[in-house]
Amino acid sequence: MVDSGWSEAEAKALIDARRHEKGAMLPILHDLMHRFGYIDEAAIPLIASALNVSKAETVGVISFYHDFRRTPAEGPVLKICRAESCQAAGCEDLVDHLERRHGLVADSHHGRVQVETVYCLGHCAASPAAMLDGEPMARLTRESLDACLAEIAR
Amino acid sequence: MTRIFIPCDSTALALGADKVARAFEAAAKRAGAAIEIVRTGSRGAYWLEPLVEIERDGARLGYGPLTPADAEAVLASGAHPKALGDVEAIDWFKQQQRLIFARCGIIDPLSLDDYVAHGGGRGLKHAIEIGGAATVKIVLDSGLRGRGGAGFPTGIKWRTVAGIEADQKYVVCNADEGDSGTFADRMLMEGDPFVLLEGMTIAGIATGATQGYVYIRSEYPHAFATFQAAIGTARKAGWLGPDVLGSGKAFELEARLGAGAYICGEETSLLESLEGKRGLVRAKPPLPAISGLFGKPSVINNVLSFASTPWILEHGAAAYAAYGVGRSLGSQPFQLAGNIKRGGLVELAFGPTIRRLVEDFGGGARSGRPLRAVQVGGPLGAYFPDHLLDTVLGYEEMAAVKGMLGHGGIVVFDDTVDLAAQARFAMKFCAVESCGKCTPCRIGSTRGVETVDKIVAGERREANVALLRDLCETMLDGSLCALGGLTPYPVLSALDHFPEDFSRRPARQAAE
Ligand SMILES: Cc1cc2nc3c(=O)[nH]c(=O)nc-3n(C[C@H](O)[C@H](O)[C@H](O)COP(=O)(O)O)c2cc1C
Ligand code: SF4
Ligand code: FES
Repeated sequence: MVDSGWSEAEAKALIDARRHEKGAMLPILHDLMHRFGYIDEAAIPLIASALNVSKAETVGVISFYHDFRRTPAEGPVLKICRAESCQAAGCEDLVDHLERRHGLVADSHHGRVQVETVYCLGHCAASPAAMLDGEPMARLTRESLDACLAEIAR
Repeated sequence: MTRIFIPCDSTALALGADKVARAFEAAAKRAGAAIEIVRTGSRGAYWLEPLVEIERDGARLGYGPLTPADAEAVLASGAHPKALGDVEAIDWFKQQQRLIFARCGIIDPLSLDDYVAHGGGRGLKHAIEIGGAATVKIVLDSGLRGRGGAGFPTGIKWRTVAGIEADQKYVVCNADEGDSGTFADRMLMEGDPFVLLEGMTIAGIATGATQGYVYIRSEYPHAFATFQAAIGTARKAGWLGPDVLGSGKAFELEARLGAGAYICGEETSLLESLEGKRGLVRAKPPLPAISGLFGKPSVINNVLSFASTPWILEHGAAAYAAYGVGRSLGSQPFQLAGNIKRGGLVELAFGPTIRRLVEDFGGGARSGRPLRAVQVGGPLGAYFPDHLLDTVLGYEEMAAVKGMLGHGGIVVFDDTVDLAAQARFAMKFCAVESCGKCTPCRIGSTRGVETVDKIVAGERREANVALLRDLCETMLDGSLCALGGLTPYPVLSALDHFPEDFSRRPARQAAE
């Protein structure tokens, strides 16, 4: 999917492709995320000058939104929903299980799988829900999580 | 050729719909059977997903919830332990009143032909015939109120924008759907994207806006992809572009992705985000209708508000206003979530009780334990105890019991729930998602978390409960938007209706 080899030339091309759109900042950041998996430090002056805003403003936007990472993710990303509907269906037990059984601590930003907290994925009729590198999962149980992690390990 | 319908809705995918589809293909190949698999949206009965429908003698016979292992047997003979019979005859569907979701789960979401064959497009054609002013009047007379949460009359917004002269006006759709327990916007964009596109185009015709944006949260990649594809198809077919359906009127649409910020569902924060900035809430006035996106007059509505208008234009204001209760007219897609046996989307005229939804449709808690609390209206909505479940679901009726309908999400908790923990979470969520502009929201929420912790630990309990209530007052009165302003709802309802959960541990009056 994403290989994180940063390329200034490619970043420039992505930025140039959109710089004339109205409100191009978020679409550009998403394109960079999609291509590189994170927003490299070196992208900031490029974006700022293309959109005619300050570097500080660019950094401000990047840090405001939960989606934009400043460093590449190490390994697969498991976004686990911890909002009310999933709480009602036992998501906190799954978070405990990930930690105790698999040593994966939510939001600790390390481990072979990065577990991130999110609030609602829209699968609330089949809570608890999660998303593994973009793949949706619902009606999760300890067992289905174990199976999914075993699959990643292979 | 046997047609087999299998959803590509993302919750259905999360439950294995793709694997089931592949199993049907393989089983058909082995049996030498000629089948055509049609991918549809979901009908919203998520408790039955993956729900597979096989067309036989003009009826669609349902099977669910299926696993790949079931495919062979279902294909071989109609009889199967998971057979549900004619899907349309299932009580759970039959009792609904589907105006917005009439086609969802039935048609191929990206086939414009299918859309038209099932009645799509008539509302827009009518709007083009009668023109902008008459269109605004119908929406106004229908009594349609915004489905994003605040329930503001849609027609009034449209009339304001229509009445302003400007070189550019915008139509903006709020598809940020951040509330836990809600998924109607997602389900519709994945299952019947053209109805939203049609509604937004009607808004364009009505107000003279020529450019639309749909702001879709990034947690919804499937909805985003489907909606983008729908825009492409509509453009090719002349539904969008410089001359919408030969009307001489221009309307263009673009889908934009959010970036994981709950506050961007608030309309002015959303506009900031669309403009490429941090999602800080703007002070009102000016109203977005007067100075909205890029400073231009803008209609901003929720997905379901726009998607209600094709039906209204086709059937008329009076037909629409005949549904509902009190001042809440038309239909509302309720979403049953949490610890619930039959979770999913139930569209009904306003007016059912909470109990009818969670018990009759929902079947109670999935765990089989007694139901203890129901949160209605997302993370800013109140928690209801059993004795309030006979409250009628309408805007004013909910406000009368210090609750709100919000976007129609209903989250069920069984008797293992701890309402003090839920109150703490409400405060924590507010702290995490606050845009940071006002102190009561930014600081008050963090103090709220600490205060709940002290109460639960038994530390000066009475004084801290009073402090928590004070904090809630300050947030209610002193917040610029409803994130800070409504977070007290879940907290106060927990305190009022479930006080025992705050005093489970013995008090430590002296300890300080
Ligand atoms: C914190 C917060 C979050 C909101 N989230 C949403 C949302 O996700 N979707 C939505 O349509 N409206 C949301 N709203 C309401 C919008 O501000 C606005 O009222 C709505 O988009 C107007 O459309 P409507 O009149 O069709 O409801 C939110 C409001 C607040 C204060
Ligand atoms: S109430 Fe909270 S989210 Fe709303 S404007 Fe104030 S700080 Fe921002
Ligand atoms: S609350 Fe978890 S998917 Fe909605």
